[in-house]
Parts: sequence; C-alpha cells; structure tokens
Amino acid sequence: MSIEIANVGKRFGGFVALDDVSVSIPAGQLTALLGPSGGGKSTLLRIIAGLERADTGRVEIDGVDATSLPPQKRNVGFVFQHYAAFKHLSVRRNVAFGLEIRKRPKADIRNRVDELLALVHLEQFADRLPSQLSGGQRQRMALARALAVEPTVLLLDEPFGALDAKVRKELRDWLRRLHDEVHVTTVFVTHDQEEALEVADEIVVINEGRVEQIGPPDELYDRPANDFVMRFLGPVTQLGGLLVRPHDLQIHAGDGKPAAVPGRITRITRVGFEIRIEVTTNAGQVVAVTLTRNEFLALGLHDRASVHLTVAPDSPTVATTSRPRASASASLAASR
Amino acid sequence: MADHSRTTGTRVGGPGPVRHLLRLVVTTYLFLLVAWPLYLVGRNAFADGFVDLTAILTDPDVTHALRLTVVIAVAAVMINTVFGVGISILLVRYNFPGTRLLNALLDVPLSVSPIVVGLALVLVYGGREGWFGPTLEAAGLQIIFAVPGMVLATVFVALPLVIREVVPVLEELGDDQEQAARSLGANALQTFRRITLPSIKWGVIYGVVLSLARSLGEFGAVKVVSGNVLGQTRTATLVVEEKYLNFDKGGAYATAFLLALVAVASIIVVSALRPKEDR
Repeated sequence: MSIEIANVGKRFGGFVALDDVSVSIPAGQLTALLGPSGGGKSTLLRIIAGLERADTGRVEIDGVDATSLPPQKRNVGFVFQHYAAFKHLSVRRNVAFGLEIRKRPKADIRNRVDELLALVHLEQFADRLPSQLSGGQRQRMALARALAVEPTVLLLDEPFGALDAKVRKELRDWLRRLHDEVHVTTVFVTHDQEEALEVADEIVVINEGRVEQIGPPDELYDRPANDFVMRFLGPVTQLGGLLVRPHDLQIHAGDGKPAAVPGRITRITRVGFEIRIEVTTNAGQVVAVTLTRNEFLALGLHDRASVHLTVAPDSPTVATTSRPRASASASLAASR
Repeated sequence: MADHSRTTGTRVGGPGPVRHLLRLVVTTYLFLLVAWPLYLVGRNAFADGFVDLTAILTDPDVTHALRLTVVIAVAAVMINTVFGVGISILLVRYNFPGTRLLNALLDVPLSVSPIVVGLALVLVYGGREGWFGPTLEAAGLQIIFAVPGMVLATVFVALPLVIREVVPVLEELGDDQEQAARSLGANALQTFRRITLPSIKWGVIYGVVLSLARSLGEFGAVKVVSGNVLGQTRTATLVVEEKYLNFDKGGAYATAFLLALVAVASIIVVSALRPKEDR
C-alpha cells in the first residue's frame, strides 16, 4: 500500500509544475503534501490518482506500476476540495456509487453504505440530496464515498480548504481519529502548516515543483533543511545572519553575557497570552521576540529598555541566504 | 434559452412605474408579433368548424406529407442529439487547437439562409453533377430529391440548437463530478451515463424540443433538396405553401395550425415539466 514516486516531472505549457520529484510514501500512514499555492503539490496528488499524467517518471502504488493506468484501475479514493458530490444522487447513492460500478450484490452494498454512513455520522441524512447538506457534511459524504471502495490509498486534495475555520478544525481532528480507525494509506494536500503539523505522521514540503524536505512534523520543525522550510513551518525572525523562531529567542534585561546581542526594545504588543517584542539591535537590525505573559512579567521589561538577546540552546536555526526573501518577520510585523 | 428570462428578476428596471412600463412594452411587443398572428392562424383554421381539418386529414397526400415531416424531423433530431451532445463534450472538456474555429463554424447553420444550405447540399450530393452524388447514386443511394437529402438538410439547419443548450450546462457543471466518478472506478461510458447525462438532462431535453420544433417547420432547405414531389417528398410545410398558392386557404391554415400546434405544445410541456430549482 506504499506509494513510490520516482523522478516525476510535469509541465503545463511553459510552466514547470513538478521538476524531477521522487518521494516514497510509507504504507498505513497519514502523509501531508505541504507547500504554497501553485507549488505543485496538487498536481503530484492528481498524478498519483491518475487524473493527470506525468510527463516523465514512474508512479508505483502497492508495488504495481501505475504510471499509465487510467484512474478507474488504480483503486484510489479521491476527495476533492469542492466535494464533487453527485448532485442528482442521494447521499446513500453517492456513497454506493463505487460499489454499484463494481456490481456488488445489492444487500452487500446496503450494509456497507450503512456502515460508512455511521462512520461519518450521516445516517440520518441518507436520503437527502447533497444540496441539502452543509459543507462539512458534504465533505464527510465525499470521504465515505471514497472509502466505500476500500481503496489502497486515500487521496485528499485540500479537503478542508472550502470550509470555515471552526468546521475545518473539527474535521481535521475527526480525520486524524478516522485514520487511526481505518489505517488506510492517506495522502492529503494542504497549504496550512498548522494542519499538516497537527494531523500528519509525515510531511513532504513541496515548493516550486521540488521537494524541499521530507520527515515527521517534529523533525521538520526542529531541523528544517533550509530557510524555505524554516519560514514555511512557522514564524521566523532574523538575528545577525541566523534565521530563528521568535519564541526561541531569550531576552535579558540590562548587561548580558559577551555572546549576547545588545539592543533596545522599540515596541511591545500584547496579543492575549502572547507578548510580541520588537528589539532593535545596536547594529540596527529589527528582531521579533515572543514571550508568554508570565515570562514578560518576570523580566519586568518596558519600552526603550536596553536588553541582550541570545538564542535558546538547541533551537532550530538556519543561516540566511544572501538573497533576502520576503521574510516572515516582515509579515509578523505587518500582522500587528 | 429558457434560463435567460429567469435572471431578470425584480432588481432590474428600477422601481414601480418604470418596471410596469417595461413590462407593458414587452408584453405588447410579443403579443403583436407572436401571440396574435399565431392565434389568427388557429382561428382561420377553424373558420368553418372542423371542415378544413377533416379535409386535410382525409387527404392521402396531406397525411403522407405529415407523416413524412414527422419521420424526417425525428430522424434529424436523433442525429442532432447524438452529435450535438458529442460535440458539446468535445468543445467543453477537451482543449485542442481549432476550438474557436469549430465554435464559429457551429453558428453558420443559424446565420446562413436555409435556401443556401439546400443549394449547397445539391452541389455536394446532387445525383448528376454533385461532388459525392454520382458515386453514391451509382451505389444505389439517392440523396437529393429523396428522404436522405431532406433529413440532411434538416440536420444542417437545426445543428446548433442542442449544442447551444448543452454547452453552457456542461461548462457550469465542471468536471469534478466526472473525475470523482472515474476515481471511483467508472469507465468513460459509465461516467457519461451515470453522471454527465443526468446532470445535463434538462439542457439536452430543451435542445431536443427546440430542434424538433425547428425541424418540423423547416421549409427553404427542404424545398430545394426535396424536389417537392406530391405524395413522395412533399412535407407539411411544402403542403402549406402549395395550398396557399392554390387559393386553398382553409387547407393551408389547417395544416399550418397542426405544425404550430405540435411545436408550441412541446415547448410548453417541457417548460412546465422542467423543475424550477434546476440550476
């Protein structure tokens, strides 16, 4: 049930969507393809499903070369961002679709559909039309429909992208629990790093058609392979030539140790339990630091106070490249 | 076409008096142009009670013409439905060089006069000097001055009607559902039958009805390619003209009434059946 992707390339006209991508997705796990929009992650998912054809390279599903198999022969379940509900069929018939195509006996189909509707908590909506369901319900129906055919792999393309924040969070938790129950190899595409960090066993970071890093969430967060991954997975700020997370910076009032960077507090913003402090170093660099409310009160900091900054031991840092990108510290500043 | 009217809701046309005035103008216009003349045809058909209607329905030449009209119209509609749906899917779902050219070409039958269509078909399929005609005729298949030519002419004239109804529905539908069906194991034919066709059903039905109405009433192109042989290739529209020119006004109105009745009835029936919440 593992998926092997070897040297896959795909172009749309002059645009390179995927550039020699190789990933192996382990069986039975929940893997996230994470990256910015237009980075090629959806294209990769669609190539796995057979909805798109790779220009070069191979796709193997469960040990079988699927590169040139049409989608209906791959036995994958696919869930679309906008549900792709069959609008003219009831919820029950939607879920039964794959089984009807496979010409299973009627009684079996009925039982299986009932089982799945119970799994996605839609029993009482079985005879409704998709248009009578909410977005979250429709997406759960789509999930049941994809699971009905007992797919070797389950593929979800931004499954919660069209839902509002609250429902998205609920469904995210629910997907995690569902996966723990069903254990089908699952790949989902998302551009939301929090979603990936929270739900996935394994994350593949894809940017500009290339794989930037593959690993479990903790590893990606603690040991980012490059500044892109570092920036994409969470807020960052720059201290000297180092990229570091604002909450990994330690702030010391008054004169500090020799290794510390001296500066002055130029701004303090409080957002709930989080205190965001802007320190301008003596070299003129603006550094963002975040503290919890308690840390802040214990240090007794105030505006214009002169302080020293150090990076907390064992914190993930990445040397910045010479080319300064549109930085996350800028967006942090802008979000104030 | 039925949908355009639905979008003009109360928002358009501003408040009170303007809206009423607009409504009055449109109603009067349609009444004078469509409803009243059609009504007069009906009234003239029944000017002597059922005499004219009985007369044409017992005239073997007229009944033959009516039957021929129905046969040709049904054949043309079936051909146009199959190809119309096929071409629509090709246009919407596949990107290929020449889509725009094909699109423009599909409007030609609507813009070219039917009589030109008739002449063009004679040039290609004519038995003596046509392009294909002599070859086909040698093989025993007569096109021009025979039923196949009349079907051909009718198909040509009504060609875009199904396509123009189905294409917008397909475009709005998107291909998500079709892809979902494919990923669930359905092959192309199953996907079409179970997903695409039910979704575009009302577009197809409306296209079929419009084509049927248009095909029943086709005159110019059919007149050229049929040869208008009494009892053989004379259709109902040709009967109307013949009777009208021969001062058999009663017969002409009665036949015209039958033609209009079928066309109007089918449009009304479909409009009534079509679910309101559709789309």
